[in-house]
Amino acid sequence: MATMTMLEAVRHTLHEEMARDERVMVLGQDVGTLGGVFRATEGLRDRFGAERVVDTPLSEGAIVGASLGLAWAGMVPVAEIQFLGFTHQAFHQVAGQLARIRARSGGRHGCQATLRAPFGGGVRAPELHSDSLEAQFAQCAGLKIAAPASAADAKGLLTAAIRDPDPVLVLEPLRGYRAIKDDVPEGEHIVPFGRAREVRGGDDCVIIAWSAMVQTCLRAALEVEEESGASIGVLDLRTLVPLDVEAIVAAAERTGRVVVAQEAPPTAGFASEVVATVQEEAFYALEAPIARVSGFDTPYPPAMLEERWVPDVSRVAAAVRRTLEARA
Amino acid sequence: MLRARRWSTRLFNLQRQGRMGTTAPIDGEEAAVVGSAAAMDPAVDWAVPQYREPVGLSRFGDRVLLHTILYHLGHPDAGAYPPDIHVFPTQISIAAQIPHAVGLAWGLRLRGEPGAVLCYFGDGATSEGDFYEAANLAGVVRAPVILLCVNNSWAISTPVRLQTAAGSIADKAAAAGIPGVRVDGNDVVAVREATAAARRRALAGEGPTLIEAVTYRMGPHTTADDPTRYVPPEELAAWAERDPIARLGTRLEQAGLWDDDRQRAAEEDADRRFDAAFDAAQATPLRDDVFIDTAYASPTPQLERQRRLLHDERSRGAG
Ligand SMILES: Cc1ncc(C[n+]2csc(CCOP(=O)(O)OP(=O)(O)O)c2C)c(N)n1
Repeated sequence: MATMTMLEAVRHTLHEEMARDERVMVLGQDVGTLGGVFRATEGLRDRFGAERVVDTPLSEGAIVGASLGLAWAGMVPVAEIQFLGFTHQAFHQVAGQLARIRARSGGRHGCQATLRAPFGGGVRAPELHSDSLEAQFAQCAGLKIAAPASAADAKGLLTAAIRDPDPVLVLEPLRGYRAIKDDVPEGEHIVPFGRAREVRGGDDCVIIAWSAMVQTCLRAALEVEEESGASIGVLDLRTLVPLDVEAIVAAAERTGRVVVAQEAPPTAGFASEVVATVQEEAFYALEAPIARVSGFDTPYPPAMLEERWVPDVSRVAAAVRRTLEARA
Repeated sequence: MLRARRWSTRLFNLQRQGRMGTTAPIDGEEAAVVGSAAAMDPAVDWAVPQYREPVGLSRFGDRVLLHTILYHLGHPDAGAYPPDIHVFPTQISIAAQIPHAVGLAWGLRLRGEPGAVLCYFGDGATSEGDFYEAANLAGVVRAPVILLCVNNSWAISTPVRLQTAAGSIADKAAAAGIPGVRVDGNDVVAVREATAAARRRALAGEGPTLIEAVTYRMGPHTTADDPTRYVPPEELAAWAERDPIARLGTRLEQAGLWDDDRQRAAEEDADRRFDAAFDAAQATPLRDDVFIDTAYASPTPQLERQRRLLHDERSRGAG
């Protein structure tokens, strides 16, 4: 075990995977000489050379589209998109191409490519740097989505992503890069997709979240537990696609009270998918309406307003209290 | 040019003091931005910037500085230019503004309005699809637009030689069937002349021009960047010799049109304008719920519901 920040865990994993498999390559804007704008790829170019660690021209569409071709040629591309908000420029390649290529080729050829992108708010970044766009990608059937909330999972899920035969989008929380720090297993560490993590158990209510919101929810759970004595669990989904339906249903059945928290706008956000799953699979166990905590149905606002916009501990805690008080 | 650098430095220092968000210094690129803007008529023409240029666009009105400061403060009114200021809001998505500029120019022509549009972007932007697609469309519809690439040699840490294998950015005009002009981007007069010629063509109905202003980014990419990790010091030193402001200063001094007193007076004037704009920016009220009121012309029923939840939350927080 070594204590690492999430950013260190990502960097460490890229080093390990590139050392393990010479087909793995890293491409993206400023990933080589600079080591990435957050230094997630630092040291890779010196160690593995400019052929495998490539500073590309400024074109997300070409980075993602070429990753498909590279994968078909037998390489294992790990592409960095500088911020998730700049996947818009590549969306036609993600949604229309990478995600569908296995189906288009009759199942014969997949696309073993990983896309990494930082996202999420809370760091007063300029426009388009903070948006939580995961639901847009969840509609791209054929693409998997990982959203680690801890440094250990950043390693385990990124390793699994790189080795997965299908294209995977790995969402890395901007505000967690340096703020999230925990013990990361040394050596091979794979977190299989589709298995949620019980961050803390709880019998009276469960909060379901992913990525940086897990920390927010954990604090909200402790706050409400302390003041009310109710026992509040937190479930970290880890991957949105595939979704751990079993763990969601088990938590809903155990507690009867569910809060789903996300940073994205509410309308058609991924939380809605979780709510629908609970409704379909665990309706008779529910003792209260399922609560959904989100941002707003507006573009992510400029820095001066972001604290009003991003769901914080008090917004999540308020939803938990409402859910505990409600009677079905 | 002097104002642009001074204002950029003031923004940079405020960021360092933690009083402002990320900024992208203009240092070195003043001639390319100010010179091209000088060729435009702010009463009828438009400027469509990326993010580094706005401090150099005071040709389009004193208010541009106020809005630039608001932008870096993270204030939601930054892009709320009054109708007589013909400047598009700061654009963060690289190259995304180029199709907008083409559409704007095309639309002005369709509406029988007299103006032309000056669109700014960097060398990195010319790798994006938006650049090629917009230049191509502009050629086809003969939009009265000037596509001005500020080639400052860098896109964050990526040098222009890794950006393209083309001989020059101006060469890329050939694919769109429009003229491509390469100009010394540190010579303010040359930039103004090239832009004025492109504007004349545009207004004569002859269509778009791509201008590549060759210059150098003398500062960091932004306040978050550490250029010592990748900028060769000797290259930076060589370009510092060609500083566009010093160059014009020398020319004016030789002509007897500039001296230390005038320099000092100009700097003081720039500082006064900045101080006034900064005060105005800080006094600009933050409208309640502004993000709810500005997403649509009028909020959707869902947003009105979300507004009520926000108010409940706030009154609980206050109570
Ligand atoms: C579509 C998009 N991709 C990536 C980024 C991140 N980014 C911000 S500035 C920049 C480099 C821009 O270089 P260039 O176009 O040459 O303009 P300069 O900053 O040099 O003025 C990058 C990659 C972005 N803002 N937008």
